[in-house]
Amino acid sequence: MSFPWAKQYTPENEFMKWMDSRLPLPRLIYNAVGAGYPVPRNLNYFWNFGVLAGVALVIQILTGVILAMHYAANVGVAFDSVEHIMRNVNSGWLLRYAHMNGASFFFIVVYIHIFRGLFYSSYKAPREMVWLLGLVIFLLMMATAFMGYVLPWGQMSFWGAKVITGLFSAIPLVGPALQEWLLGGFSPDNATLNRFFSLHFVLPFVIAGVIILHIWALHIPGSSNPTGIEIKGKQDTIPFHPYYTAKDGFGLGVFLIFFCILTFFMPNFLGHPDNYIPANELSTPAHIVPEWYFWPFYAILRAFTFDFFFIEAKLLGVIAMFGSILLLFFLPWLDKSPVRSGHYRPVFRKFFWFGLIPCILLLGYLGGAPAEEPYVMLSQLASAYYFAHFLIILPIISMTEKPKPLPNSITESVTGKPLDATA
Amino acid sequence: MAEPETTETNEGGEVRRRDFINIAAVSFAGVGAGVVALPLVSQMAPSADVLALASVEVDVSSIEVGQAIKTTWRKQPVFIRNLTPAEIAESKAVNIGELRDPATFEDRTLPGKENWLVMLGVCTHLGCIPLGAAQGEIKGEYDGYFCPCHGSHYDAAGRIRKGPAPTNLEVPEFSFVSDTVMKIG
Repeated sequence: MSFPWAKQYTPENEFMKWMDSRLPLPRLIYNAVGAGYPVPRNLNYFWNFGVLAGVALVIQILTGVILAMHYAANVGVAFDSVEHIMRNVNSGWLLRYAHMNGASFFFIVVYIHIFRGLFYSSYKAPREMVWLLGLVIFLLMMATAFMGYVLPWGQMSFWGAKVITGLFSAIPLVGPALQEWLLGGFSPDNATLNRFFSLHFVLPFVIAGVIILHIWALHIPGSSNPTGIEIKGKQDTIPFHPYYTAKDGFGLGVFLIFFCILTFFMPNFLGHPDNYIPANELSTPAHIVPEWYFWPFYAILRAFTFDFFFIEAKLLGVIAMFGSILLLFFLPWLDKSPVRSGHYRPVFRKFFWFGLIPCILLLGYLGGAPAEEPYVMLSQLASAYYFAHFLIILPIISMTEKPKPLPNSITESVTGKPLDATA
Repeated sequence: MAEPETTETNEGGEVRRRDFINIAAVSFAGVGAGVVALPLVSQMAPSADVLALASVEVDVSSIEVGQAIKTTWRKQPVFIRNLTPAEIAESKAVNIGELRDPATFEDRTLPGKENWLVMLGVCTHLGCIPLGAAQGEIKGEYDGYFCPCHGSHYDAAGRIRKGPAPTNLEVPEFSFVSDTVMKIG
């Protein structure tokens, strides 16, 4: 939405006037992330993470396109070509370590971005479409990251490919045929590696496209804010540039410090040593785990060790794992509370901090643990809570809870003075 | 928009020549798009060279009673085990009714050659290689095979007994081409 008080773009010189009447790209940028986009004045640092996720994608695309110039997608040489990048290519080690850790940091910032959305209920009307597109981006990211992890053709690459495509074999009737179709064979092989490379290269650009839709959908109602109340006037907003470009710039600096610490001083901390062993189709690693960002979902997959009526345990685990993300698509309609911000929702806040967040952290820990007791039983309890939280607890809270009184306006919540007194 | 609609649609609801042409043209384009999509989808399926590796012959004369070897067929591991009389007796004694994927010992071996158990070494859960074929590996709670990935336990005849896997380890089609050589596939 363009607020009536939004600053209007005026071309500064003859060239920009000429440009504006032919391809108004500078105007688009000015209105999207420039002075022409009014933003609530009270955004906290949790609102940095959308921009940080965008930067992470740019890092991945830049390093990835360069890595592709040195990598060879063939099972005979893929592993060696990655080592070639590490040892022979000038700055190759830096590009690969930046790409590896860049993937982890992309997920870290996206998880914080989603956390922000969950706590401040950013998914509620009128921003449902922003939330839904965000989930689409998340699913695309997961597919891209998985296929990227297969490319070095190490032990974890090979067995990860086998296990993840094996998920599809759980589908009744068509499952095994579908898995063969996905792999292009009976086991991950050259056909698999080539198609994964092709898709790993193209999907980030699809993600970039969906991000444009995500931002477009966001700019129709405008950004939400920590109080969750609507913008009521000019005093409630400040222009995106220079105020939030500066704040995002500061956040970016902090992000890059952490990114550099990991990339330069502990580049393999988040990886798994078994992926430095070339793929061997006759030996499964003793402890096979996906990358850390998939652990919560992996724990849910493994929690189902029992049949439920006529549904096999294997299929149940797969349904639950995909269901744990798909149910988030229904979140805007499961949470019926008219109040957005968790700050004004006392019961919601307790279940959020003491229920959902520990539950997800526990699932993350369990997904990286071996498939034995007590981890299996704990995974079952945590998975049960995860689904109960979204499907039972949250809808009940949203209908029964008595929210705290909301401030009259964003300006009043910041300055303590009524909106019109500050005009 | 009400005015042009009334002039363009026929009052009596008759089918006009233009409606027919529209539907026919769009339908034909749809069929064309579907036909074009076929090769785009089918190129993903296993190619001719992958399918060509459909059978292998294995000399099993050197496998002693109680031992097993791992070989490959269609790029997948295969376990070939020479069962001991005790393992055969134990496998036959199992109550079929309590199995998740009921199969008798006879279903899984060849008549007259029932000491030879041939199975894909691919866990039916998500495809890891179960342990238990080589000596010293963990054999699981049913003294057969154990998949370390997600904790499925198989018995000595490769039948699923506990854990998330839905079916028994797959027995591929196999036969003996001579006393010591078997053909898988």
